Amino acid sequence: MKNNLEHSEAAAIFNKDVKRVDWHDETLWFVREKRDKAAHQIPEWELLRETASQIKNNVLSNIHDYLVEFESNALKNGIIVHWAANADEHNKIVHSIMEKHGVNQMVKSKSMLTEECHLNEYLSEKGIDVIDSDLGERIVQLRKEPPSHIVLPAIHLKKEDVSETFHEHLGTEKGNNDPQYLTEAARLHLRDTFLTRKVALTGVNFAIAETGEIVVCTNEGNADMGAHLADVHIACMGFEKIIPQRKHLSVFLRLLARSATGQPITTFSSHFKKPRDGKEIHIVIVDNGRSNQLGREDFRNSLKCIRCGACMNTCPVYRRSGGHSYHNAVAGPIGSILAPNLDMSKNADLPFASTLCGSCTNVCPVKIDIHDQLYKWRQVLVKEGHSPLGKTIAMNGMATVLANPMVFDLAGKAGRFVMKNMPALVNNSLNPWYKQREMPAPPEESFREWYKKNGKESKAKNNE
Amino acid sequence: MSSRASILEKIKENQPASVTELPILSTLGLEAFDVLEKYKTVLQGIGGDFVEVKDYDSVIDFVKKNYATNKRMITTIPALAEIAETDWFNDDPHTLENVELTLVEAHFGVAENSALWVTDALLGQRVAPFITQYLAIIVHKKDIVATMHQAYDRIRNQEYGFGTFIAGPSKTADIEQSLVLGAHGARGLIVFLME
Repeated sequence: MKNNLEHSEAAAIFNKDVKRVDWHDETLWFVREKRDKAAHQIPEWELLRETASQIKNNVLSNIHDYLVEFESNALKNGIIVHWAANADEHNKIVHSIMEKHGVNQMVKSKSMLTEECHLNEYLSEKGIDVIDSDLGERIVQLRKEPPSHIVLPAIHLKKEDVSETFHEHLGTEKGNNDPQYLTEAARLHLRDTFLTRKVALTGVNFAIAETGEIVVCTNEGNADMGAHLADVHIACMGFEKIIPQRKHLSVFLRLLARSATGQPITTFSSHFKKPRDGKEIHIVIVDNGRSNQLGREDFRNSLKCIRCGACMNTCPVYRRSGGHSYHNAVAGPIGSILAPNLDMSKNADLPFASTLCGSCTNVCPVKIDIHDQLYKWRQVLVKEGHSPLGKTIAMNGMATVLANPMVFDLAGKAGRFVMKNMPALVNNSLNPWYKQREMPAPPEESFREWYKKNGKESKAKNNE
Repeated sequence: MSSRASILEKIKENQPASVTELPILSTLGLEAFDVLEKYKTVLQGIGGDFVEVKDYDSVIDFVKKNYATNKRMITTIPALAEIAETDWFNDDPHTLENVELTLVEAHFGVAENSALWVTDALLGQRVAPFITQYLAIIVHKKDIVATMHQAYDRIRNQEYGFGTFIAGPSKTADIEQSLVLGAHGARGLIVFLME
């Protein structure tokens, strides 16, 4: 059962507000340009990407041993380690930690994994109040929307939208759209949250096998405010976040923020190795389909992702269709190669939401062959019977036409006749090629016909 | 079978048959540049600022002139006891909510991104550099390294419970990509570059 609109349908709705789409497009392109500027300041940028890619290849080839090493070191550091096979188990583990401490309030910093597992919905059904503390995430949470971008959760909203949301929920002045004023209001509101919550949940950017520590990167300082004031810090990670040694952080921390927003590094890159005296750190290591993806040779490289969002900022389809069109926690090109692994039938449309231009692959800091994988997913999805019926019929028809010169000739003649004499038959909204563009004027004859008259042989004949 | 065992078993089954080698890092971060000048430019580019000082007395003079000294100030540096509290390390961290300025020292700074490395040995309390309205960090000029590669060479096997790189004041651009300083952490960062 599909609960969501397909990407193209959702994108069509997003595209109705032309001015807003243009703004969305330009804003993300601006972030992409900042990334370029930052990358060009590092002469060895390409070597850095290659090195990061090689480290991640090594991780994927030895991930079993690294996870065991990480766990054993984390335990030595006094950290409690949990393993979750799927989203449900992950949510239950988090809830059981809350229950053990008799706490029904949580402050949370950004974690795309918990979005993937729908943790907030799960906890709220159990009567637990969750407050997202990243500003963008807090904005979309108040609006009961999912984030539309993994790094910039509220990038689909204008400041007027935020102002209205804050007026309604935080009592800010109506019509005051000043980002400074609105951010200050959120700061005051969330400061109170930080000071009163006993459990803080964060994501994990990197987990180091050699030392058993985790690294969390933020600009706002919200992960640290939550974790250092709470009695219990829960950190949730997909198992692919593991890296071998501390020194490898040098490579990833140089690449991450530059690729994401063009900053030289995030404001805070916090290394959590041991809990404070008398406090607890829990790490939940999650599979949720990742071990399947590891077994798909063509697609396992998607697990190299460090969640910088560069592929989304550069993608012409993402920029003009918006994150929500992808109906998946991770949108854009990377989301489109991760999502079919989670649910092939539900996400069969996503690998088709691309022009295969390859820009995503070119900016990826860990050199994932994103556009190749998009193309390969299409083959898999069609083979497994997940392509839309209309497309299958059209493709089969096309195959017959192209395989048979007589039919091809006839079809061409018919097409030219129709375009010339009955243009309304093709220039209508039923033809997706007609959307946002005019059909070209039909040529008088096909190339084949022209060649018959003007080719070498016929010319020779004419000259006889 | 526990989830741990089944996840690990499946990973072992599905990971590539042979282990690919780790790359060498020693060829990275060798570009030569003036580290101190670079540090200053990058820091100002990300919303922080710096003052060059001779000694702790000049830090005290600067703070007296530029901060609201009637508000609460805390430090882990005994030489700054004249202007800031030094007896808060074992307090409940929530009681630091009214701190105006935290003054701490960093192990070293990194020129390429202006980040400063601090660990709980220097912080007094982990939350101290985050909960404060303003943050001041002292670093010796000789302790500025070029890139993150030299940074992790210095950290190497350093023992800590918590350590963090701090680069500039806390910030967000989540509302229409407009940069606002002072998201949840410090609204401003001043770095004292000491001889």
